[in-house]
Amino acid sequence: MRVVNIPVNFEQRQLVVPGTLLAEGRYQPGFNVYQDADKYFASIVGLADLRNDLISVIPLRGCYLPQPGDIVIGKVIECIPTAWMLDIRSPYQGILFASEYLSKPLNPMREDARKYLDVGEMVIASVIAFDRTRNPSLSCRDHNLGKIQKGTVIDVEATRVPRIIGKKGSMISMLKKETNAQIMVGQNGRVWISGKSRDDEAYVAAAIKKIADEAHTSGLTDRIREYLVSNRR
Amino acid sequence: MATEKLISDDGIRNDGRKIDELREIKFDIGVLKNTDGSAYVEWGRTKILVGVMGPRESHPKHLALADKARIDAFYRMASFSVEEWKSPAPSRRETELSKVIREALSPAVFTEYFPRTSIDIFIEVLQADGSTRCAAISAASLALVDAGIPMRDLVASIAVGKVDGQLVLDVQDKEDKEGESDMPMAYMPSKNAVTLLQMDGQITQEEFARSIDMLKKGCLEVYRLQRDAIEAHFKVSESSNEEA
Repeated sequence: MRVVNIPVNFEQRQLVVPGTLLAEGRYQPGFNVYQDADKYFASIVGLADLRNDLISVIPLRGCYLPQPGDIVIGKVIECIPTAWMLDIRSPYQGILFASEYLSKPLNPMREDARKYLDVGEMVIASVIAFDRTRNPSLSCRDHNLGKIQKGTVIDVEATRVPRIIGKKGSMISMLKKETNAQIMVGQNGRVWISGKSRDDEAYVAAAIKKIADEAHTSGLTDRIREYLVSNRR
Repeated sequence: MATEKLISDDGIRNDGRKIDELREIKFDIGVLKNTDGSAYVEWGRTKILVGVMGPRESHPKHLALADKARIDAFYRMASFSVEEWKSPAPSRRETELSKVIREALSPAVFTEYFPRTSIDIFIEVLQADGSTRCAAISAASLALVDAGIPMRDLVASIAVGKVDGQLVLDVQDKEDKEGESDMPMAYMPSKNAVTLLQMDGQITQEEFARSIDMLKKGCLEVYRLQRDAIEAHFKVSESSNEEA
């Protein structure tokens, strides 16, 4: 039997709240959508989105949940004999084992983990495994990963990260080109900026804050480029 | 017993409302900086501030649940919230309401999405004039939305009381104290599910059935106000961007 899809109950990018009926019939429930019999409801406040037959809600608020492969920026909050616990702005603390950070084994009898990473230091790492039953384990075994030695780290909302990166990296590559700064965006809503001076970094940080604030408006990349050009010193 | 009548002969209550009329309700979202989500409600003269923290690592750790998030509510009345000064020490009533509010909100939250974490709901009653649990539940569900916590539906809540032999919607303090009964309900409108139903006093079975109808209608009105508040909050933050 063929089920005829009833047209969806929302306009593209419409603001929805938890419990809003999005559609009835045969669809695919995507992110932040739950299914009750043949009805689909939003579970979070956000913008409804239909692509083919996949219904999802683009979140406006929410916390970061680690995904394997994500690049995150963490802050060391605890040193344990052969690992560090990192705050990654998520409900779950990241764990970075010494074997995933150092190139040689760490003998906790002879050396203190603090020698390499101390509480308060920031680390760029990637998530190697996470399934909510255990804390996400992190790794620095790749180039560009490791302890942050210079630059500025700013916090933005994790839900705004896709906009800071842009479609196929359009926003972030424009930012790098216009400002000549090194920028690394953590999926957890932390951005590392390294420029020639503190003022340069503040200039990039202001642009990123602006992107986060205006995340869901159209023509943003061009507006940010104009902003960067007009504020350049 | 009350010396003055709470409902006049032409069906007007002592604060000027009709028997099935709500007080003026105003919700505000995102009012606090240091919480993950927050809401403030003015429900007639009742004023309540709600802050939500989480989902975050559960402390103490041994209370964490392996398969879902732990929800905790902390209902607290300010010393100046009632006519007679209230001792700042937690009272039996506050502990009980914390439990009742937690259980009214838990069914709405997808706690299984965040095992081992905790979601804390802090409810501060600044001024109490009846129906504080209803106002607290309604505001807390908005604060949960603001925190971006996945939920099945908003939870709307309201009370029906029996005053001078008549059923009245949205009971205020005076009617609660001098009336014959009070029956608060919390409700998920789009699921048609009741998450809290309490009653004290005495009513007949027929009055109970009528009360339920009034409660559902009242909850739907609260629900509409909640949705308006969410739309106003998130739309405003969108359109102000457009101008910038």
